[in-house]
Amino acid sequence: MISFTVNGKKVQADVAPDTPLLWVVRDTLGMTGTKFGCGAQLCGACTVHVNGMPVRSCGTKVSDVEGKKVSTIEAVGKTPAGRAIQAAWVQHDVPQCGYCQSGQIMSAVALLESKPHPTDAEIDKAMDGNICRCGTYQRIRAAIHTAAATKTKGA
Amino acid sequence: MSQIKSPSRRAFLKASAAAGGGLVIGVTLPQAFAAAPATTSMPNAWVKIGSDNTVTILSARSEMGQGVYTAMPTLVAEELEVDLHKIKVEIAPAGEVYINALLGGQLTGGSTSVADGYDKLRVAGAQARMMLVSAAAQKWGVDESKCTARNGSVTGPKGAHATYGQLAEAASKLPVPKDPKLKDAKNFRYVGKPVKRLDTAAKVNGTAEFGIDVKLPGMLYASLAQCPVIGGKVVSFDAARAKAMPGVKHVVQITDGVAVVADSWWQARTARDSIDIKWDEGPAKAMSSETVAAGLKAAAAKPGAVFKKQGDVDGAMKGAAKTLEASYEMPFLSHSPMEPMNFTADVKKDSCLLYGPTQFQQMAEGVAAQMLGMKPAQITVKTTFLGGGFGRRIDVDFVAQAIEISKAVGAPVKLVWTREDDMTHDFYRPTSLHQISGGLDAAGKPVAMKFHLTSSSVTARLFPPFVKDGLDPFMLEAAAVPYDIPNQLADSLIYETGLRVGYWRSVSHALNAFANESFIDEMALAAGKDPYEFRRAMLDQKPRLKNVLELAAAKAGWGKPLPPGRFRGIGVMEGYGTSMAQVAEISVSGGKVRVHRVVVAADLGRMVNPNIVRQQIESSVNFGLSAALYGEITLKDGRIEQTNFDKYPVVRMPESPTVEAHLVESTEKPGGIGEPATALISPVVANAVFAATGKRLRKLPLRLA
Repeated sequence: MISFTVNGKKVQADVAPDTPLLWVVRDTLGMTGTKFGCGAQLCGACTVHVNGMPVRSCGTKVSDVEGKKVSTIEAVGKTPAGRAIQAAWVQHDVPQCGYCQSGQIMSAVALLESKPHPTDAEIDKAMDGNICRCGTYQRIRAAIHTAAATKTKGA
Repeated sequence: MSQIKSPSRRAFLKASAAAGGGLVIGVTLPQAFAAAPATTSMPNAWVKIGSDNTVTILSARSEMGQGVYTAMPTLVAEELEVDLHKIKVEIAPAGEVYINALLGGQLTGGSTSVADGYDKLRVAGAQARMMLVSAAAQKWGVDESKCTARNGSVTGPKGAHATYGQLAEAASKLPVPKDPKLKDAKNFRYVGKPVKRLDTAAKVNGTAEFGIDVKLPGMLYASLAQCPVIGGKVVSFDAARAKAMPGVKHVVQITDGVAVVADSWWQARTARDSIDIKWDEGPAKAMSSETVAAGLKAAAAKPGAVFKKQGDVDGAMKGAAKTLEASYEMPFLSHSPMEPMNFTADVKKDSCLLYGPTQFQQMAEGVAAQMLGMKPAQITVKTTFLGGGFGRRIDVDFVAQAIEISKAVGAPVKLVWTREDDMTHDFYRPTSLHQISGGLDAAGKPVAMKFHLTSSSVTARLFPPFVKDGLDPFMLEAAAVPYDIPNQLADSLIYETGLRVGYWRSVSHALNAFANESFIDEMALAAGKDPYEFRRAMLDQKPRLKNVLELAAAKAGWGKPLPPGRFRGIGVMEGYGTSMAQVAEISVSGGKVRVHRVVVAADLGRMVNPNIVRQQIESSVNFGLSAALYGEITLKDGRIEQTNFDKYPVVRMPESPTVEAHLVESTEKPGGIGEPATALISPVVANAVFAATGKRLRKLPLRLA
């Protein structure tokens, strides 16, 4: 039995300790907003936060988050950065197929939380691990800048 | 895929008068609606109105990013007179009424959704509105002309007012009005306006349901081991270890391999690796990229079937002041949408539920009917959001697998492929070889062009009746150049390499546009002319294309100086009823091509939603750029060598260019925009690479080293 916190709630998972966090979140806990894209930490679709840091949940054993705080797309709107990012995503009509966007948003929120006003180069670096086959990159970039501006205003 | 004029469907697609489009009301509704709550009325197959005033509009096309979840309901809502942002949207079940008349099936593809739906859906909206108005007029005992429909209500004389919810039941019993008068475009509230997408909120908070998210009561999870060589069969297997692993419920052999069915997907996927399977790899195990290339080249020595003949090419070539020839080669490509293939099936004794991401509801239904010996009415198809399609989800191999597994274990089953399964068991974009020659007169004007294409036919596998006299129309898109060149001869040859092929965003436009637009640049060089002026001089017969060429050149500053190290390339293409021109601005450093800016000018006729049009242009450029710079599927010992995004790189944020879309205001009939920019970006970048380096790259992906 592995215990940790997801979106502020204590959970226990009775699964093999080497089960990737991704599949515990999706299948055991039934929170399907976090997506499976590659299973090899190459595409970023499965990005969640563990103790505030963005991680690829497909390559994170659930035993590695024992006692830690996991947050997912389902609760990202509860933080100021998350709210600003979601609003900017809507404003810029970022998503197309939408499948990668949970991961994009989790990466973008982590970026804004560490760098409130990222430059284009910092955005490139932070978002390089998130693939979007629909090619929404330029809207993601614009939305991150917008979120950075609105977050400052609102805070 | 482009539009087909006279569809001839496969045997299992029932012929139907409804397929012709136009009047859709009055046909029997698909079975799925039989169970709709009593409080819901359906004046027709596109609109459901609840007694609580909920208006639900059905989209008969799958949402895979291209925006039909917004654009299709927009057309209905415009005439229905409801607030677009208050409606609900549902993806339609399989049903004759939902057939795409331009493709002859309930199929999302070919950038045809708007072209097919533009009149049909407005007519449906108008008819439903008129029925609601009639119901109100009858209720109040007044003439219909005294009643007005607006924002989901009808108002009449002396303050009479009724909501659609109050009128729907009576309205749905009324006769369907013939030839409804549609709004004049100048009165549109939504159509042609940059309306916000309706699916965005669900896609930023994790609630949008994709196929991989489906959950049914009692559902089990499956992972399927398929032969590493596509087409190979199971000889024998030992599943003793797998069966003893935690959560594993069943190990079953199906046509395509051995499936592990477990309580969770990770358990199924882990157990699958412990099964020892002996495969009969079949003849394809001898295939390699080298054998494929050699086969294609040898096949190309034969003449193909002629699809364009104009003037006297051989005579014109002999009389030409200058001639040139070149060959262009394209590799196999994988679709690799972000959501790996998956589907959920629940096969019962006398019914089957199919639930997941598909571009082709009718084929899914047809395959299930055939496999299970059921009637289409016993099969329900529920479509989720698609985590990308790009043509991959036109095929239903993974649907058939889910059906087989569910039937074998007697429970609802969600089959999910790994990324490796997805990349190594795709239906690949065909490899191709294009041999082109041209002749210029003494003034540098093109007088002759000869085009010989050798490639594989997707259509021969999926829709064989469309291949006639050796010609597959979906190999010939953008194959005849739009330019005024007096003598032309073009032919194509179908050659099957042994690797299965599928429709891939922009289909053969991408293959042919790369060859033709590269060659036109080579002709311009041979003529000593500017690539833009050279093209422009040959487009007097194509005013829309000439216009977008001029627009793209002007917006990109063609001919004006660039910062040091920056270079431009240009190109044009007609496809999907859309005229397009692009200018790419690139730099080359350390043998790597970086595309900074892409200016796109497009004339696609009437638009439903210019915002979605822009999204699609941005999307298509990036998708095509992945193919131009990186995309290549190779074979060794019959196996696909690329298994994940490390070996099959795609464009990421740092490599993504700024895309500027310039849209021509047009009243021409609607064209498609989901695909053309994907096809055109490759030659435009190749032309820029030539400008930068003097090297003409005739093979994709573009490699300088």
